Amino acid sequence: MPEDLNWAIGGEAGDGIDSTGKIFAQALSRAGRHVFTSKDFASRIRGGYTAYKIRTSVDRVESVVDRLDILIALTQRTVEENMEELHEGSVIIYDGERTTMKDFEAPDGMIGLNVPLRRLAEEAGGAIMQNIVALGAACEVSEFPIENLDESLEKRFGQKGGSIVENNSKAARAGQEYVRENYDLDLDYELETTDADYVLLNGDEAIGMGAIAAGCRFYAGYPITPATNVMEYMTGRVEQFGGAVVQAEDELSAINMALGAARAGARSMTATSGPGIDLMTETFGLIATSETPLVITNVMRSGPSTGMPTKQEQGDLNQMLYGGHGEIPRFVLTPTSISECFHKTVEAFNLAEKYQTPVYLAADLALAVSEQTFPPEEFDMDKVEIDRGKVVDEESLGEWVNDKQQFKPHALTEDGVSPRAFPGTKGGAHMSTGLEHDELGRRTEDTDMRVEQVDKRNRKVETAIENEDWSPREFGDADSGNLVISWGSNEGAIREAMEFLEEDDVSVRFLSVPYIFPRPDLTEEIAAADDVIVVECNATGQFADLIEHDALRRVKRLNKYNGVRFKADELAAKIKQALSESVEATP
Amino acid sequence: MSSDVRFTDFKSDKQPTWCPGCGDFGTMNGMMKGLAETGNDPDNTFLVAGIGCSGKIGTYMHSYALHGVHGRALPVGIGAKLANPNLEVMVAGGDGDGFSIGAGHFVHAVRRNVNMTYVVMDNRIYGLTKGQASPTSREDFETSTTPDGPMQAPVNPHALALAAGGTFIAQSFSSDALRHVEIIKQAIEHPGFAFVNCYSPCVTFNDVDTYDYFRDSLVDLKEEDHDPTDKDAAKDVIFDSEKEYMGVIYKDENSVPFEERWGISEDMSQIEDKPPEGAMDLVREFY
Ligand SMILES: Cc1ncc(C[n+]2csc(CCOP(=O)(O)OP(=O)(O)O)c2C)c(N)n1
Ligand code: SF4
Repeated sequence: MPEDLNWAIGGEAGDGIDSTGKIFAQALSRAGRHVFTSKDFASRIRGGYTAYKIRTSVDRVESVVDRLDILIALTQRTVEENMEELHEGSVIIYDGERTTMKDFEAPDGMIGLNVPLRRLAEEAGGAIMQNIVALGAACEVSEFPIENLDESLEKRFGQKGGSIVENNSKAARAGQEYVRENYDLDLDYELETTDADYVLLNGDEAIGMGAIAAGCRFYAGYPITPATNVMEYMTGRVEQFGGAVVQAEDELSAINMALGAARAGARSMTATSGPGIDLMTETFGLIATSETPLVITNVMRSGPSTGMPTKQEQGDLNQMLYGGHGEIPRFVLTPTSISECFHKTVEAFNLAEKYQTPVYLAADLALAVSEQTFPPEEFDMDKVEIDRGKVVDEESLGEWVNDKQQFKPHALTEDGVSPRAFPGTKGGAHMSTGLEHDELGRRTEDTDMRVEQVDKRNRKVETAIENEDWSPREFGDADSGNLVISWGSNEGAIREAMEFLEEDDVSVRFLSVPYIFPRPDLTEEIAAADDVIVVECNATGQFADLIEHDALRRVKRLNKYNGVRFKADELAAKIKQALSESVEATP
Repeated sequence: MSSDVRFTDFKSDKQPTWCPGCGDFGTMNGMMKGLAETGNDPDNTFLVAGIGCSGKIGTYMHSYALHGVHGRALPVGIGAKLANPNLEVMVAGGDGDGFSIGAGHFVHAVRRNVNMTYVVMDNRIYGLTKGQASPTSREDFETSTTPDGPMQAPVNPHALALAAGGTFIAQSFSSDALRHVEIIKQAIEHPGFAFVNCYSPCVTFNDVDTYDYFRDSLVDLKEEDHDPTDKDAAKDVIFDSEKEYMGVIYKDENSVPFEERWGISEDMSQIEDKPPEGAMDLVREFY
């Protein structure tokens, strides 16, 4: 009996794939099962293959694997697209009465369940419920108590009123009945339920939730996949906490609005993806020079240019690290899991205000669109702390004035951090500019002041390196000579890959790095290792370059850039192979 | 807000480096007077400026100010005003800053109608980069980059504003101090986005759109029986190809600012050192 079950529904965009998948995922989560979901989608609204996949287990699941046990295929193409993941014994649920599926036959060794989804749905009250009929059939196949679907249907359709929930529930049971009556299945699934209470959310939602928890009150953005969900999440919620969400006319405007709000004293954020980051880079320098705290979320997708908007990649590391003319102090945070999206967002706001710098918070598509179950304690609001840094008020402002009683917003301090006065604070009126300036914020071309201000801004980074914890997240066997290093969303897949590797007696030490700049100094760990493998979703190994630069040592690179995230079993095989090879020269 | 604020309180101790005689002096003085006479003080005023000779205004005035990047001042002002509606927000910049690189933001700022004042110091040329054609330059105006003139129609900023749903559209002239201050004050008091295009001659690079030219050609709408609440009358003024006008061209008396329509009224700068009350509900939504 497999410990986890891999389930998917696939069809054409517009077939309601997403909402059906979500209903099932929520039902599983409410039944106390862990869930990890992923989506395959194309960059179009109607037509084009799309799928929603769920991996579920009573144990925590953090990634996807290359296996599908039950597939609801609304189109032939769904089966073709997933051929490699289907295996002997996989169950394919389809509607043979659908014109496109008329001649479909399950491939050898697989079990085809021909269920008249549409007809049963019509009988239950409307063809639109055909996916729900399929869900009912899937419940029967996996021996998942169908009552669990009801709550999930209630959550989805409850507000629509009338008999919608009831009809859907009826449709699901029709699917269940049909399979029960027409097939004599002898499968070994039994999706156990537990008493656990889980929440189910994706990375974009975790970022939005983290932002609100951290006191973010202003958000300006411009829609772009896969960052739009952050904005959609914030919309309507931030307002409940006295804030505002504004859809700007473009990214240039979005970041400048966010900057204006930040200068007015609000905790402020914008989110975008690669092309938007390009546009925002102009203002990025201004934010750094004017020492304005701002969180800029980059939900990376496949580039360059418009690239593959709906596909995974971690290709913007260099852009975030080096983008912008001149030299710009900044922080670059890269949450490594969905729950870290929450925690790192909170941290990003604190860092931004403590050091009065722009902070890139970089998630990637795999984190943004995948959902995962967590015990709610993982998002314990009581543990969230807000640190606004050196904000001065009418009284304390007096410590920061020159002999003419003028406030010094860019005072040269030992730690590099200057006082901050929000507009409205008596006696604090001052200007700030992207031009090089003196302590008062006024333009200067004085050679000494230029050097002092540059040093001051860079000193903030040094102070932060000293005062904050930049350590990686560590997993596995600390004594193993096999060191795997990664950043961003790959953590979950690597952790699960380690379990596969363990079965093969391969031990691994794994460092998952949530900070690109500043980043942990891994020199010692790297020196102690026999083999170092850097895993990332890009072609050139941007993080591996940094590691080699830091540790003065060649590393092995495990890169994937076909647009699909790493999968646990795939990684296990690749890591094993990499361990057996000698280090190649950097391309 | 204190009532005993004088306009000199808005003056910084930095001497302007504008060329002697530059129109920007008059434009700025009028802004300072307008702010003071409408009961504002430097500590509740947030001034955002773009890049250009005009953009230097933030250095010469005393208030909370941000000197931004070229063409992007308006969104900064919008963000600040929404984050703290108690602030008096004023945005200033040149015609290049506002109608060339920032044209997109201009149109959207107009239609967004946030309660703030936008003053364009229009000299019909790029001053700071030393004399190239600007979007308001005349079609035959010869410059270093357009030796035969731009050979394209100048933008009509007022027409843009009216088309975008502007609720306050005015034209002033930096050397007519009285009228300029009057117009600025009305702009500040207008509930919504107030756009004031102010002719501010560049004495160094523009020998066509000079003080004399404006003095001789500008017709004061005050003397014309113009009803600024009449949109058709405003259209006639804006599209008059014979004459140039000065005064409030259009004013929508029913203007409701964006923030009011959206129910944004709080000063967002004050937050507690823990998540907001009810934050745990955000987690519960995901059950
Ligand atoms: C992105 C960018 N492009 C170009 C410039 C160079 N630049 C500085 S000021 C300016 C034009 C200013 O003209 P205008 O807005 O009419 O202001 P004026 O100097 O006439 O007051 C330009 C093109 C810049 N600073 N930034
Ligand atoms: S160049 Fe023109 S706009 Fe610039 S300061 Fe001199 S006169 Fe004024």
